[in-house]
Amino acid sequence: MSDFFNQFGGMLWQGTLDTLYMVLLSTIFGYIIGLPLGIILTITSKEGITPRPAVYRILDVIVNILRSIPFLILLIMIMPMTKVIVGKSYGTAATVVPLVVSAAPFIAREVESSLKEVDKGVIEMAQSMGASNGTIIWKVLIPEARTSLIVNAAIVVGTILGYSAMAGTVGGGGLGDIAIQYGYYRYETGVMMITVVILVVLVQILQGIGMGLAGRLDHRK
Amino acid sequence: MEPIIRVRDMCKTFTTDEGTVTAADHISFEIEKGDIYGIIGLSGAGKSTLVRCLNMLERPDSGSVVVDGKEMTALSFRKLREERKGMGMIFQHFNLLMQRTVLDNVCFPLEIAGMSKAEARKKAMECLETVGLSEKARAYPAQLSGGQKQRVAIARVLASNPKIILSDEATSALDPQTTKSILELLQKINREMGITIVIITHEMAVIQQICHHVAVLEKGKMVESGTVEEIFRHPKTDAARKLIISSGPQTIREMYGRRAVRITFGKQSSYEPVIGNVTIKFGAPVNILYANTRDLGGMAVGEMILQLPDDKKVQDNMIAYLKERGLGVDELEGYVNHE
Repeated sequence: MSDFFNQFGGMLWQGTLDTLYMVLLSTIFGYIIGLPLGIILTITSKEGITPRPAVYRILDVIVNILRSIPFLILLIMIMPMTKVIVGKSYGTAATVVPLVVSAAPFIAREVESSLKEVDKGVIEMAQSMGASNGTIIWKVLIPEARTSLIVNAAIVVGTILGYSAMAGTVGGGGLGDIAIQYGYYRYETGVMMITVVILVVLVQILQGIGMGLAGRLDHRK
Repeated sequence: MEPIIRVRDMCKTFTTDEGTVTAADHISFEIEKGDIYGIIGLSGAGKSTLVRCLNMLERPDSGSVVVDGKEMTALSFRKLREERKGMGMIFQHFNLLMQRTVLDNVCFPLEIAGMSKAEARKKAMECLETVGLSEKARAYPAQLSGGQKQRVAIARVLASNPKIILSDEATSALDPQTTKSILELLQKINREMGITIVIITHEMAVIQQICHHVAVLEKGKMVESGTVEEIFRHPKTDAARKLIISSGPQTIREMYGRRAVRITFGKQSSYEPVIGNVTIKFGAPVNILYANTRDLGGMAVGEMILQLPDDKKVQDNMIAYLKERGLGVDELEGYVNHE
């Protein structure tokens, strides 16, 4: 047992850190793009506060297209773009690019569905008081939907974690990479199992944080 | 005096999957400053659309809406937002921000107005005191009862010092006791602060308790308007009659067999024993189906529903006699069962 950890422990620890780095960075960039996109989708839709059918249709189509490309294919498809941005097309930093491209439209949809849950009556109340659209977005839509936004963020992080492991198959770095290298090519089933356990534990922890935070910030009970 | 609200020839239609619905059909009316003006109608009559056309939450297709001297339909979005700050609105489902405390809910319009946080909180506390909820300042809406939630909504509206309060079925989700206390609060606000109140409701009891004037809405048309007493004692349209009668006990309808009339007594006519006199004078009995005294804004008005004898001639004479005595007499034709 101790031999096992002496042999693989350092590598697994590094893999975990790499994975967390990829996931964290991709989530941050994903939200930098996805959050505004989700807000625009919400407010420009037919029932939104400033309906813009043309804008909505265009964004809607783009999001749908990106959402329907399987991650592994997207990863390979945009390799030239990744190379331009990061300088190389493999490794942890390079994996962040396809992760963001894949996560942003997913996040936009999640944000849209959260914001659409906000009671129309409350929005009407804000309008009746002379609130601007900006005020409605920042003081009504987002705060009122925050529980749902956080719960969805936990789902987003879980999904990105899964994708990051997939990126391992093409040299993406992190735990996924280790699982492929050792579990698949070298028949080290033990190492593969440990990476799976670490991934499961990570998802559990992230979910737990998300749910706990959401519960604490929810005053609707 | 210039009315605070003047609507002229306003129309609004909606296109739905089932076709076009006319929600406002050439509506014209005026509301005086300081009035409590009721707009009553059954569901689907266009009440909510009408009130939303006053603050442009809905844009009328045509016609004019002048509020406090400003033509609302001509304002830019920015100017419109300024004007809206002078007209608060309260709703059936309260529409409180569930993730904010009571105090922060009341601060909301003050934040929109750009007031500093400390100043806003001070003002909000004053408003909560006015509605009797200052001890709930730190609670969240989910912890309050329906009546308390509506009080918070009223405090929130008061925070922006409105000239007008629009009440859209504000008591419809509340029990009768709570309804009464909310209406008393609105009445107090009207009396002490001189705020004009427009009340949308489907309940005659609400109109009766606090309104000075009332308009009856049916299928997008304003079919009748006047003082509450006028409409109550001499309803001219079926729509008004239905609303008044249906606020009495539901079982009467089944008791109508022969020709029936509804009579109302004001101040002058309450003392004379009219029913006794009718029976003696015509030598035929009348059947009292229903009798009640209602409080119309502090004035007692009696009403009765009488079933008349079979003879058509006697019936006509009786009706003529009752009218002559200064009573409000109203035939309940819609309810007579001709077999």
